[in-house]
Amino acid sequence: MVLAAVVLVCLSLISCTHTATNEGGAGHVTLINIAGATFPYPIYSKWFDVYHQMHPTIEINYQSIGSGGGIEQLRAGTVDFGASDMPLNDQLLSTFKVKILHFPTVLGAVVPTYNLPGVTEALKFTPQALAGIFLGKITRWNDAAITQPNPGVKLPNQKIIVVHRSDGSGTTFVWTDYLSKVSPDWKAKVGSNTAVNWPVGLGGKGNEGVSGLVEQTPYSLGYVELIYALQNHLPYGMVRNSSGKFIKASLDSVTAAAAGAAEQMAHDIRISITNAPGGDAYPICSFTYLLIPTQISDTLKRDTIKDFLHWMMTDGQKYTEALSYAPLPQAVVDIEMKQLAEIQ
Amino acid sequence: MSTFTGTVTQAARPEGFGRARVFLKRLRSGDEVAHLITLIFALFIFLITCMLVYELYIHSAIPRRRFGWHFLISRAWDPVFEHFGALPFIYGTLVTSAIALLIAVPLGVGGAIFLAEFAPAQISDGLTFVVELLAAVPSVIYGLLGIFIVIPLLRDSVDPFLQKHLGFLPLFQGPIYGVGFLAAGLVLAIMIVPFILSISREVLLAVPTEQREAALAVGATRWESTWQVVVPYARAGILGSVFLALARALGETMAVTMVIGNTPQISASLFAPGYSIAAVIANEFTEATGAAYLQSLIALGLALFILTIILNGVARLLILATTGRGTAH
Repeated sequence: MVLAAVVLVCLSLISCTHTATNEGGAGHVTLINIAGATFPYPIYSKWFDVYHQMHPTIEINYQSIGSGGGIEQLRAGTVDFGASDMPLNDQLLSTFKVKILHFPTVLGAVVPTYNLPGVTEALKFTPQALAGIFLGKITRWNDAAITQPNPGVKLPNQKIIVVHRSDGSGTTFVWTDYLSKVSPDWKAKVGSNTAVNWPVGLGGKGNEGVSGLVEQTPYSLGYVELIYALQNHLPYGMVRNSSGKFIKASLDSVTAAAAGAAEQMAHDIRISITNAPGGDAYPICSFTYLLIPTQISDTLKRDTIKDFLHWMMTDGQKYTEALSYAPLPQAVVDIEMKQLAEIQ
Repeated sequence: MSTFTGTVTQAARPEGFGRARVFLKRLRSGDEVAHLITLIFALFIFLITCMLVYELYIHSAIPRRRFGWHFLISRAWDPVFEHFGALPFIYGTLVTSAIALLIAVPLGVGGAIFLAEFAPAQISDGLTFVVELLAAVPSVIYGLLGIFIVIPLLRDSVDPFLQKHLGFLPLFQGPIYGVGFLAAGLVLAIMIVPFILSISREVLLAVPTEQREAALAVGATRWESTWQVVVPYARAGILGSVFLALARALGETMAVTMVIGNTPQISASLFAPGYSIAAVIANEFTEATGAAYLQSLIALGLALFILTIILNGVARLLILATTGRGTAH
């Protein structure tokens, strides 16, 4: 054991001196391995690609194997850092040998999408209506809970067919986390996780599975990622936020939600931002996180990772909107910059 | 003289020496090498199976300890409160495979009889080529076929028709979604017909011509000779093809998850959405956080493995009972 440690230290020293002498020289490439969530994969691969072009000696390799797999590999130490759509709870964090920091990178939102023949307007949903529908308590489209916020829209007397994700996913986590916050009933009976025990409904695999089922099934209602809805021009509804305003999800209203939650995030960066305060905040959104260990023994890697994080939070943010991700609000960037100093 | 000494020396030699000489001789002729290499290959397969069971077993310790046998009969699947049970998934796997076999066996065997016994050689070869091509289509394509053709057809025509005329049976009651056990069974049936058809055809073609000639000679018609002589002769092989198809249906993942509705429930109605073991593992494994959740998925894998072994054992017994032999060939 001691011998192994000595060898490791020697090796890292050698690699440091080696790089120091080779600074700017060709041939030496620092490889950083990451594994985790699939949701941010498009923006991450863009960032890693741009960063690699700026620093040709650094190559960042991302395996989008899912949050669960990313956490597992980080714990096993087979990757340099992980990525997760879901913040790690204290119980999970206690299983790691080193302290793990959460760095929010971009924002995502989840929207209700539906198939209502004859209805072209964007429907307005109250939190109670969404929770009631997904609990199986509101079963028809012309239920008062749905018609009341939608005066002038003729809603049919038809059974609502609920569609949810069948695969474990960060999208489901955000959706169920929101329903848990707005409905005590949901929290007690179902709760929140990447997959839950759904009281009603059909399951579709992935965003494409859910939207496929919704498109094919008249009078159905499901939920998909905002990015997916935007890119595929799916109809989606507005949701009433904590200030009582009906908000249609957009990149601006999602960033507004994050800004509204920033005050709480200063105490614990993992705080959920669903149902965040703020007049223009869309209530069903979340961060996706990079999970960075506080101790990185390889100094070169440590400096690289810190530099990348700094760049990601500043210049890197300008690549987000082209890919339909909502950028971080300044208040959150400030909190993360402070956290950066903790990596040693 | 020389013969005499030869015999003596051979008798005086220790037995092992003689064996070594035989071994060397066979080695030179290549027999021993071939024997050894193929033995290693065979052992390798055995080893992989053992490792698979071992891995599944040690990584499912938490659900075995926490739920015990109750895991197999519990209907709960709740990742939040960590209650896990396999019954709805086992049910879905068995029901969809049974529907698939009910549809695919008559189609496959009937088609094979036509191609082997009645069709002109050119048509038979051409059609067989197409069928074998079907067997090579990736399952996700069959899933798409299910979503775009089978499900709308079921939802708009077949299911309402069945409900109207056979609605007194619990099998055809309840709301119609299109997706569900029936859709999954139907897509599986389409997927496994090529297996049954192409293997059964080969088996039927292997029946000696004398069998047919003998039947015809005693005055049987073409159909009588086929149905009463050729098919019974090939029975073991046909059964073998059916069980190969069943194994494929039990383990099918992608096509099933695209059309079954992914709801872990047990319902008498074939129109209801359900779930299968392979589908839930593929769906939930990547994002499963928490040891109990992850290990319950692995325990499901073990359950599927055991289910397959049991059904294969039953298949062997069935073949044994019908032919008096233990293998399919």
